[in-house]
Amino acid sequence: MTDLYQSQRAMRNMRKAALQRGVIAILDVGTSKIACLILRFDGLEEGVEPDGVGSMAGQTDFRVIGAATTKSRGVRFGEISAMNETERAIRTAVQAAQKMANVRVDHVIACFSGGEPRSYGLAGEIELNDTVVKENDVARVLAACDVPDIGEGREVIHAQPVNFALDHRTGLGDPREQIGNRLACDMHLLTVDAAVVQNLLYCIKRCDLELAGIASSSYASGIAALVEDERELGAACIDMGGGSTGISIFMKKHMIFSDAVRLGGDHVTSDIAQCLHVPTAVAERIKTKHGGVHATGMDDREMIEIGGDSGDWDKDRRQVSRTELIGIIRPRVEEILEHVAERLEIAGFAHLPSQQIVLTGGASQIPGLDGLASRILGQRVRMGRPLRVQGLPQAATGPTFASTVGLCLFAAHPQDEWWDFNIPSERYPARSLKRALKWFRDNW
Amino acid sequence: MQSLGRALPLRRDPAPSRWAYRMHRLWLTPLFRVTMRVGMPAFFLTLALGIYLSDPVRRDSFAGVMVAAKDKVTERPMFMVNLLSIDGASPELADAVRQKLDLHLPQSSLALDLDAVRVRAEKLDAVASAVVWLGAGNVLQVGITERQPAWVWRTGQGLMLLDADGHRIAGLATRADRADLPLVAGDGADAAVHEATAILRAASPLAGRLRGLIRISDRRWDLILDRDQTILLPADGPVAAVEGLLALDKAENILARDLVAIDLRNPQRPVLRLAQAALDTLRQSQGLIVPTESKT
Repeated sequence: MTDLYQSQRAMRNMRKAALQRGVIAILDVGTSKIACLILRFDGLEEGVEPDGVGSMAGQTDFRVIGAATTKSRGVRFGEISAMNETERAIRTAVQAAQKMANVRVDHVIACFSGGEPRSYGLAGEIELNDTVVKENDVARVLAACDVPDIGEGREVIHAQPVNFALDHRTGLGDPREQIGNRLACDMHLLTVDAAVVQNLLYCIKRCDLELAGIASSSYASGIAALVEDERELGAACIDMGGGSTGISIFMKKHMIFSDAVRLGGDHVTSDIAQCLHVPTAVAERIKTKHGGVHATGMDDREMIEIGGDSGDWDKDRRQVSRTELIGIIRPRVEEILEHVAERLEIAGFAHLPSQQIVLTGGASQIPGLDGLASRILGQRVRMGRPLRVQGLPQAATGPTFASTVGLCLFAAHPQDEWWDFNIPSERYPARSLKRALKWFRDNW
Repeated sequence: MQSLGRALPLRRDPAPSRWAYRMHRLWLTPLFRVTMRVGMPAFFLTLALGIYLSDPVRRDSFAGVMVAAKDKVTERPMFMVNLLSIDGASPELADAVRQKLDLHLPQSSLALDLDAVRVRAEKLDAVASAVVWLGAGNVLQVGITERQPAWVWRTGQGLMLLDADGHRIAGLATRADRADLPLVAGDGADAAVHEATAILRAASPLAGRLRGLIRISDRRWDLILDRDQTILLPADGPVAAVEGLLALDKAENILARDLVAIDLRNPQRPVLRLAQAALDTLRQSQGLIVPTESKT
């Protein structure tokens, strides 16, 4: 646990250094695309309370100066499967963004959707030494949380305190300087497969970049796509990506649950390719151009040229009606949404006061999806687009870029995590003291 | 790996190679950029120039080319000064100035330092001030203001003309050449010539009898009249002493007496030194000595 603590702290320090320099890159490694944004931090927004929301929701202190997107390669289910290919794709995106920004970036904040994220709710409780809560006490209560067995080969990427309780008062955002006897906290822990993180880290290192932060993409898209009241009252963000569909549930401005379904838009494409016997690229084009989930009588008459390059006249002149295409797409989309509904049920989404569901991500752009989703997930479904960010190109404002934009906001306003608080002194390993003594003996 | 088939012809990999990526990043580094865009050209320019000029032959030829190019411009006829004209000076002084300036005409006006010419002209004793300008038709005009002789100064080396400020002007062969000017003598007389002027003005009633002034020990003046009469003036207030003497002369007609010297150095007590004959006569009249005629 200490190693992780150290590496996360190192990342946080690097992020601080990058913010001091004013330039940082955002890298969204997805299954279907890799997006790179370069942010410039100019100065802080004036007149905003630390917890409040300014006129621009705190987005005026940075500006996107470079943006590039490239087709992702070597990524499956949001995990890197062919490292060389992915490295090249990252290089392409980073170089194009640097060229646009005309500035060199060294620090990058990355997000990915794979790695089978698992959520844990942790609780800890301590007696206060004196009656006033100090920063040290917050660190102690966080350290007092009993960490469950997260399994072999898994790593924590988010450990966020979501709630503090002081004596019988709960729902405190910031308990510091308050008076009480017992301090309790709830923490949300998100773990992913360590190998996936390692691969991403290695890939980014091979591009001569330094990782200044890492986030789960379902969390990032939740930040971007949910509006303020949804995040406060409780909402789920469904980020339908290419290779996986991320789920994040927000409550009281904190993420309380996150999960991912390893199904996405690419599966729809491969279904079409298999059924119609066409290459994947053609299937993707047919899906984006003619796709849908509700067939009407009109669609029976709308014939789609499939085309082909085989030289066989009959094969190259094939046509399918749009109804047939919808018949291919719909079961897969339903399957994805059913999986999502299942995960939401496991998470206890039904018990939340507000059950808003926001669909975002590239695969959510299928026409008629909101109707289908409201039948499967519940009545309160809306399509979400990411918040507007200063300087973002028009091409990068669609739902496809929800997690990219969310990562920008994450970089600008990072959530307090466990490792942001100083480790309590009693938890310091005794080994370091021994090592110091040994050094002293050896050298004197 | 499955083939992409003919539908999608193989395209070039859009990804930059590792080295291209690194070079691009290096190029975006500000320090590197400045070095390459400013530092390197400057360095190579300096290097090339240094290598070219390290050979003395090439350096000389380069200097020759530069000088030739400069001469080509400066020696154009419209810049050439052919004549020197000196105004406001007597012919002898004009000749002296011309010699002193020592200009090798014709010369380019661009190479001419008018200030230096003026300073050189003013170095002549007889020149009070000079004005130098380049007149129409490229004639170098030198306007001279001469010093006006006011005194003749007799020194061990000979006679010298001084102006009213005591500045030496020129030597003089004989006193008779400038008999109209008053005479001073003695060391340091030129420095105290203003005082001498004041004394001379005060003693203007004696102008007919005045022979000259002598500076004694660079401290005070003696007034010399004809019949070898000497009036010793004090160091302080010589003019008042002269005025007192004139008043005495008016009352007692003292200067007409047979005196050798009148010592006014102590204003409370002027001392008279009588000539030998007058002294004898005085003593006879007092009965102190017997007249020589009665003895013989």
